[in-house]
Amino acid sequence: MSSEKELKAENLLKIKHTPTHRDWKDPSIDFEAKRGNWCYSGVVKSLKYLDLPRPETKWAPTDEDWQLPENWQEIILDGLRQRLERFRTLRVFMDICVRCGACADKCHFFIGSGDPKNMPVLRAELLRSIYRKEYTLAGKLMGKMVGARELTLPVLKEWFYYFYQCTECRRCSVYCPYGIDTAEITMIVRELMAEVGISIDWIATPISNCFRTGNHLGIQPHGFVDSIEFAADDLKEIINMDVEVPINKKGAEILFITPSADYFGEPHYFTLLGYMMLFKEIGLDYTFSTYASEGGNFGLFHSHDMIKRLNAKTYAEAKRLGVKWILGGECGHMWRVYHQYMCTMQGEQGNLEMPKSPITGTVFENAASTKMVHIAEFTADLIKNGKIKLDPSRNDHWTPTYHDSCNPSRAMGLLDEPRYILENCCNNFAEMPENTIREHTFCCGSGAGLGTDENLEMRLRGGLPRGSAVRYVRDENNVNILLCMCAIDKATLPALCDFWAPPVQVGGVHEMVGNALIMTGEEERKTDLRGEPYAAKEESEDV
Amino acid sequence: MTLWYSLILVVILTLVGLFGSQVNGLQPLFGIVLPYIALVTFIIGIIMKVLKWAKSPVPFRIPTTCGQAKSLPWIKNDNLESPSNTISVIGRMILEILFFRSLFRNTRMEIKEGSKVVYASTKFLWMAGMAFHYTFLVILLRHFRFFVDPTPQFVIWIQNLDGFFQVGLPIFYLTDMVFLAAVSYLLLRRLADSKIRYISLAGDYFPLLLLLAIGTTGFLMRHFTKVDLIGVKELTVGLLSLQPVIPDGIGSLFFLHLFLVSCLLAYFPFSKLMHMAGVFLSPTRNLANNNRMKQHVNPWNYDVKLHPYEEYEDEFREVMRGAGLPLDRDPEEEKK
Repeated sequence: MSSEKELKAENLLKIKHTPTHRDWKDPSIDFEAKRGNWCYSGVVKSLKYLDLPRPETKWAPTDEDWQLPENWQEIILDGLRQRLERFRTLRVFMDICVRCGACADKCHFFIGSGDPKNMPVLRAELLRSIYRKEYTLAGKLMGKMVGARELTLPVLKEWFYYFYQCTECRRCSVYCPYGIDTAEITMIVRELMAEVGISIDWIATPISNCFRTGNHLGIQPHGFVDSIEFAADDLKEIINMDVEVPINKKGAEILFITPSADYFGEPHYFTLLGYMMLFKEIGLDYTFSTYASEGGNFGLFHSHDMIKRLNAKTYAEAKRLGVKWILGGECGHMWRVYHQYMCTMQGEQGNLEMPKSPITGTVFENAASTKMVHIAEFTADLIKNGKIKLDPSRNDHWTPTYHDSCNPSRAMGLLDEPRYILENCCNNFAEMPENTIREHTFCCGSGAGLGTDENLEMRLRGGLPRGSAVRYVRDENNVNILLCMCAIDKATLPALCDFWAPPVQVGGVHEMVGNALIMTGEEERKTDLRGEPYAAKEESEDV
Repeated sequence: MTLWYSLILVVILTLVGLFGSQVNGLQPLFGIVLPYIALVTFIIGIIMKVLKWAKSPVPFRIPTTCGQAKSLPWIKNDNLESPSNTISVIGRMILEILFFRSLFRNTRMEIKEGSKVVYASTKFLWMAGMAFHYTFLVILLRHFRFFVDPTPQFVIWIQNLDGFFQVGLPIFYLTDMVFLAAVSYLLLRRLADSKIRYISLAGDYFPLLLLLAIGTTGFLMRHFTKVDLIGVKELTVGLLSLQPVIPDGIGSLFFLHLFLVSCLLAYFPFSKLMHMAGVFLSPTRNLANNNRMKQHVNPWNYDVKLHPYEEYEDEFREVMRGAGLPLDRDPEEEKK
């Protein structure tokens, strides 16, 4: 923890949602006093590896002078003009907001902090005010009176603070009568900042790692092999079966790509075990790849160029290995990229085939163009066709609830597949209140590259709405595990639950699949994938 | 402050309008020249703005999905919230444009008992928005009786329905009441809710105040300070047939009303009122969620620096060999 302030719920809960009288057009921020609410700047090594501007400049958000290039305003304004010409979203969103305020209390960061500039409308106004000054007659003539501002250093610092306090979760865009999407605005402002050398380390370093080694964690090929072999050994202890995991296997039918955290972090790891069991049971002809050993794409949190630079590996590797189609693991923003960006960025993939489940024969027509199927779609189809046997009572020691991750829900519409899987794998499933799930779901507060320790206060604040909903089902339904399909969620929700709703655990959907899966020729399993003993069988109460 | 700027501006405009209508000789300016300028600005301004928007491409399809996508055949697709084809998109857009679907979702957040975050459905903004826009539309349609001779049948139907309760003489129109009430609510809400007050700009108050002024002058004209309707019709029909005349004795309130409407028209293309056109063009709403089904093209899709597999293998060849991973190119093998 970087902050010396003690993080206690009762301190964080002194939230006022009534804005101060200070005019929002005043950009000043005291970074020193706000420690715990912002992230460290990008390190030289990462920026250099990615050929980003000004890699050598060392600056910290608390510095008076950010050592910007002399013509930084020109660079940003040029960049803005260029993006207005490239993105209709930006053009329209700059012009049509009526400031009705419907978005105001929809942002988890506003709910948890009460900082008025975390109202999505004001976050957008931070850019809109510059747009007005540059592109509208009224803004040029009347300035502040009509909400126009000059692009100054304090404004840039304010951008850094607030556009790295948006997790691009798109909840506000669900409620906006014009569909204004703050994520789009945040993405573009972060891009503009990157052009003058302003980025954060928690984003730049994973990107640089991923570009070089194929995954955000920077795990080299032999490390990847070790991790997977380690998982196979672990699995052998639990299910007493040998599980072979093909890596970089040419001619496999399917390339499987999952976030690197799945093979390196907990509780992600149990989900990985779940996949491995499932693939063994159905005899799937698949392969992992070391070159494309990352499903996630932190490029999404940096710039459109960076999305493309990292994402290109997916198809390149599919082509090199000669697979027919691609299967993707549990992740949130990864699926925003695969669903909404990949095919457009990388172009048509003639070498791949229409995805067809080798087990059920189902053709995934919804992935006809990208040739990439979500693991939840794949598994739901297996269950529906009766191709795997499940014993949900093996999850009876869990009372799960399901957290829809932002991107699968609001950028894909993947809502019922995971629920169908969970219904078949768990007996005690309970939903959180309806305003906090499905398309209304709340972010973990740590997405979009903000899941770092130095930013913990803001993460916990942003996590309040989710935490509160978890606590509600913990108290009402005895929920003891929060399931999700997002690697960032799995990494950051444990801290959130510890803080707002202890002792609720965090897990993945395919962890439950693994637990419930009855494998051909299996011996009786004593524990679940976490090594927790199964609930006693004799009590067969229906819940 | 922003409220006061806007209020002062509307007062000034009202005074200018009154002045113009009182002074003989200025009536052609206020009755003919300014309305023409305003109307031309309105039409050309909107077209220019929409063309400007349309000129920027939509590089990526980023619909906000608010329901289950079309995936497996047995999973029910919510085709109005996550449309997978054009017809469903049209359905979604109809809901958005005619019924303000997204605003209907609105909730109000509160933190109760110190730490419970609760959400209550709140429909006031939606109701006021619907009431305002629809009464505005009806009032606009009713005005056709001034523009077209003979009065179209649909206008008569609207009038009859609108005056259904037959209160007052001339009959009070329901829509007038609702319109003024809704605009007042939207204005008061901006002032009463500290969050909304904080975000409000002059450009948010000004149109509301202007609409109130327009509505009030219209109401006064109908019920209190009568104007010569035959003269009014002569003027408007003249304007629209491009043979403008200024009939005598119309009454000054009419010129004020017309001037304020002219201001609104001229202001429209440069303001947030352009949401009227923008709502049709919002890429998070008007695109099908068929991203993985269909190939889409980004017109400016340029090349970026990549890290190809060959370079990756060159860097990691030794450790890959050590880990027993297959190599695409093995210099040691080649040597043999």
